[in-house]
Amino acid sequence: MTKIAFPKMGDYHIPAAYLLSHIFPNDEIISPPNITAKTIEIGTKYSPEFVCTPFKYTLGTMIESLNKGAEILIQMGGGCRYGYYAELQEKILEDLGYKCKIINLVTKGETNIKRINKLLKQINPKFSKLKAIYYSFIALKMVKYMDIVDDYIRENIGFEQIEGSFENLKEEMLVEFSQTKNYYSLYKTYKKYLKKFHKLKVRKPDNRLKIGIIGELYTIMEPFSNYYLEKSLAKHHIEIKRFTNVHYLLFEKAKKAKKYQKYAQKHFTYNMGADASDNIARCKYLCEKNYDGIIHIKSSFCTPEIGAMPIINKIASIYQKPVLFFSFDSATSQTGIETRLEAFYDMLEMRKEK
Amino acid sequence: MKTVGIPRSLFYYYYKDLWEDFFNALNISYIVSPKTNNLIMNKGLKIADSEMCLSLKNYLGHIDYLKDKCDYILVPRISNFKNDNQTCTNFWAAYDIIKNLFDIKILNYNIDLEKGQTLKKGLYKIGKTLNKKPFQIKRAYKYAITKEKKRLKKNHQINQNKLKLKKTKILLVGHPYNLYDELIGKDIIKYLIKNNIEIIYSDKFNPKITGPLSKKISKDLYFKYSKDNLGAIIYCQNQINGLIFISSFPCAPDSLANELAMRKIKIPYLNLVIDDSTSFTGIETRLESFLDMLGGKLND
Repeated sequence: MTKIAFPKMGDYHIPAAYLLSHIFPNDEIISPPNITAKTIEIGTKYSPEFVCTPFKYTLGTMIESLNKGAEILIQMGGGCRYGYYAELQEKILEDLGYKCKIINLVTKGETNIKRINKLLKQINPKFSKLKAIYYSFIALKMVKYMDIVDDYIRENIGFEQIEGSFENLKEEMLVEFSQTKNYYSLYKTYKKYLKKFHKLKVRKPDNRLKIGIIGELYTIMEPFSNYYLEKSLAKHHIEIKRFTNVHYLLFEKAKKAKKYQKYAQKHFTYNMGADASDNIARCKYLCEKNYDGIIHIKSSFCTPEIGAMPIINKIASIYQKPVLFFSFDSATSQTGIETRLEAFYDMLEMRKEK
Repeated sequence: MKTVGIPRSLFYYYYKDLWEDFFNALNISYIVSPKTNNLIMNKGLKIADSEMCLSLKNYLGHIDYLKDKCDYILVPRISNFKNDNQTCTNFWAAYDIIKNLFDIKILNYNIDLEKGQTLKKGLYKIGKTLNKKPFQIKRAYKYAITKEKKRLKKNHQINQNKLKLKKTKILLVGHPYNLYDELIGKDIIKYLIKNNIEIIYSDKFNPKITGPLSKKISKDLYFKYSKDNLGAIIYCQNQINGLIFISSFPCAPDSLANELAMRKIKIPYLNLVIDDSTSFTGIETRLESFLDMLGGKLND
């Protein structure tokens, strides 16, 4: 029996744990602990000096899961240097005296079934491929449904009548998702909860503020790393639009790359790595769709996004839209963010009144 | 007659001789921006975003210097060389950043071997933009590329000969645009030469040899220039006394690759990260103690 763990990102540990526990029924899956200030402290301590922040976060969770007894860690990489995390993290953990193996399912933002099959065999050579395919299908669908629900929540949570109604219902849904038996029951739960979400009372004023959030993928999807930005926006009764989610990264990104390129060809010609060029196109989209403001978030030292920032700035100035840039580090203070957000919010209100 | 401006930073250090040969053969006049000075660097710092890496800031400074002194500025885009040989994402984005930040005419070509965009196609495109006939371009390209191949061989040979010398030898691991830049790496090189150290440059090896060798340090690495650097370490690790890592702050590939190398090699090393506020005095102190440790003789 091996103990498997993986880093945390948003709520996606639920489908991941679901999938792994069904492919490897005899092994123990350790759900990632919630990220806390302690996690980051540990991660930062053992990370190289100027690596981007997701490295520190994931290293921190890895150490915490190893302390819980994990033996195999699963990591996935994106299209930038994220794809190369695993090897260095393994070495760092080895130097710290942990005995573990890191399995990197995606490098360079690309992967294929052959590679995944080979890697999964390293965990347990006797896993059933049929089961793996079936449960991957369910897990992927689960991700899709979660993303759809999340999109709906983001649009409406700022205008809920009963405080916490959306969050409570979502938690309920996630619990039920994690207990799904087959695809049919998953689909039924999803439909049931979607109906419930639509029934929740909201009061949306016509002159509400709308903000689009763009930026680097890890920071955008892990609420702890962006200091619960979406939550604080919701408190100000703002409708939020966000594009990046796991479903997008897995299925839509490749398809949309060309479309985005054509859409914003005035502003960029080539792919700029990771989500940078996507974000430029999204910025244009948000401006044209008359959103009130744009918030661009990233972890510090995220190279592709740094390259995109001057271009985003230029687009925003062409369309005369305000942009707020956040660069999150392990040393960022919550108060500083709140102050800037408050000022940004006031400015948007004033523009709206004009 | 159109003049092409070549900024003396980033890509320049990889392609300078090739470009110069190519333009000379085509009879195109070009100017190269001067060696980095404080004026250029400060201009770059002002234009650039505060989080960009020092080398990119420097590059923007050079572009700014050239912007009203020529008709075209040469800004290539280099994405990958196939088979897990990516470059840094700044190399992917430089063209678009510059296009948006400056109002200038850019001479651009794209190297993206995964999509079949080769250097040959790129140089042909440049020749065409400058109104040259295909047969002229062909001749110029052939001339430049044969010279480039010879140069590569010669550089590799020089490095090999240096490794056989019986002096204190130090391998400088870094990207050429940092090592040879007047403000970033030149002082370090000068200091080492003054102290009678034989310097071996990690970028002057044949990438066909060093690339595969890097697997001994890192299996998954997919950044070409970092691969070449790590391969160079393996190539000469038994013949050198120590090595110095030089990187600019905050270099993305270096932050991971160099860290891994430092954890795996067993030779004395020094890690120097150059920032826009780094003073050479601080570096000098560290170099001095490093050389002391290696047992090298210091000229007082």
